Amino acid sequence: MTGKITYDAVVKATIDTIKEAETLLPDDVIKALETAKKNESSNVARSQIEAILKNIEIAGNNSIPLCQDTGILIFYVDIGRDLHIDFDLKGAILEATRIATQQVPLRPNAVDPLTRNNSSDNTGEGLPDIKYDFVEGEHLKITVAPKGAGSENMSVLKMMNPTELKSIDDFIVETVLNAGGRPCPPVIVGVGIGGSFDKAARLAKSSLLRTVDDMNDEEKAVLSRINSLGIGPMGLGGDTTALAVHLNTSHCHTASLPVAINIQCWANRHASVTLGGDE
Amino acid sequence: MEYHLNTPLKKEDVEQLDAGDIVYLTGTVLTARDEAHARILEMHEEGLELPFELEGAAIYHCGPLMQQIEGKWIVVAAGPTTSDRMSKMTPDLLEHFKVRALVGKGGMNNVAESLKGKCIYLAYTGGCAALAAGSIKNVPQVHWLDLGMPEAVWELEVVEFGPLIVGIDTKGNDLFTSIKEKARESFLKK
Repeated sequence: MTGKITYDAVVKATIDTIKEAETLLPDDVIKALETAKKNESSNVARSQIEAILKNIEIAGNNSIPLCQDTGILIFYVDIGRDLHIDFDLKGAILEATRIATQQVPLRPNAVDPLTRNNSSDNTGEGLPDIKYDFVEGEHLKITVAPKGAGSENMSVLKMMNPTELKSIDDFIVETVLNAGGRPCPPVIVGVGIGGSFDKAARLAKSSLLRTVDDMNDEEKAVLSRINSLGIGPMGLGGDTTALAVHLNTSHCHTASLPVAINIQCWANRHASVTLGGDE
Repeated sequence: MEYHLNTPLKKEDVEQLDAGDIVYLTGTVLTARDEAHARILEMHEEGLELPFELEGAAIYHCGPLMQQIEGKWIVVAAGPTTSDRMSKMTPDLLEHFKVRALVGKGGMNNVAESLKGKCIYLAYTGGCAALAAGSIKNVPQVHWLDLGMPEAVWELEVVEFGPLIVGIDTKGNDLFTSIKEKARESFLKK
């Protein structure tokens, strides 16, 4: 359709997309978990992955959130450069977040960082986090990626010295080791290398939107080092500590080497919707 | 070994368990996260009585997603939260109250000593909130809702809640720590 995109259409589509992201996992993640279950040599590890797969099935069949930590909502919005938006786009996403909190439902997770007062609707100063990008075309694409605190809290950013280039892999493996069972392994490890202090973190987080099997040889080598640690699902031992490692890079200052590691639990939740354009 | 235990738990119930055993719980579990732990300890300090019973209790590190329908609370999703955030407050809690089981995920730091001879740590699969909700049959009461939905103390009636893996037993064995130590050795060897 090439019809006009309206405020109401964005609210409705965003609510549906939040619900999809919270209750269904992308197929590539489910497939990776099934493969991991087959390859596990430890009984306890296999029991953990079996519980995860059963949980995914129950959540999908009953349309309920996969995890009680429905996260904070991160939105990636691609705006076609030929699209004319004559309404409050941010307001529509905020309204959808408030309605989804009641309807899906979502756990109210957003609190003031200092008073810790809960806003009760998952919005607040700076939340949800919305990143805008201008792209070719006349469509609007909204992706939502709910992020829970268990894995987010294990994430690290380090301003490395450019001469430490060779120890980036060690830094990644050690970060996953230090996190142990806390971030709900098997994890997906998003890494941002370069850019700046803030950009490295954004690169790390957005790399989690890649499909799990989209890995080059370098990424596969780091993954294999992580899995040889034996931390296993939930830190209870086993062969699968991580399902994927994604390294996203950006040019940076010659005196800098920022490296950010954003750990994602097995529930790598995200979903997208496209409005307008040639569909 | 696999065990099926009922709450309130007795000292003997938990002393028989070894790290790596599988447990299913039936009875009442109380949720408590960071803020509930802090309030329990504050009230104890001030000599105030708690509105719930901790003797023989199983404390579930969980901030559930609940829904109130026609005045009745329903569990939507209730998986475990990261237990390590409660590690610092746990020794104090176990010194003053006869809590017999802690249920959570990811393991805890430096609590094995304070668990010795009295309490076990049970690991539930992280993120399995829809699965857990299926074994919660009733929500008799909620306390301290002023702390917010995730931080309140929810009384949950569970039937065959599990499988829970004994992560830390009452003899000081800590599965998580030993796995992490082995992992560190292999990391340093490379």
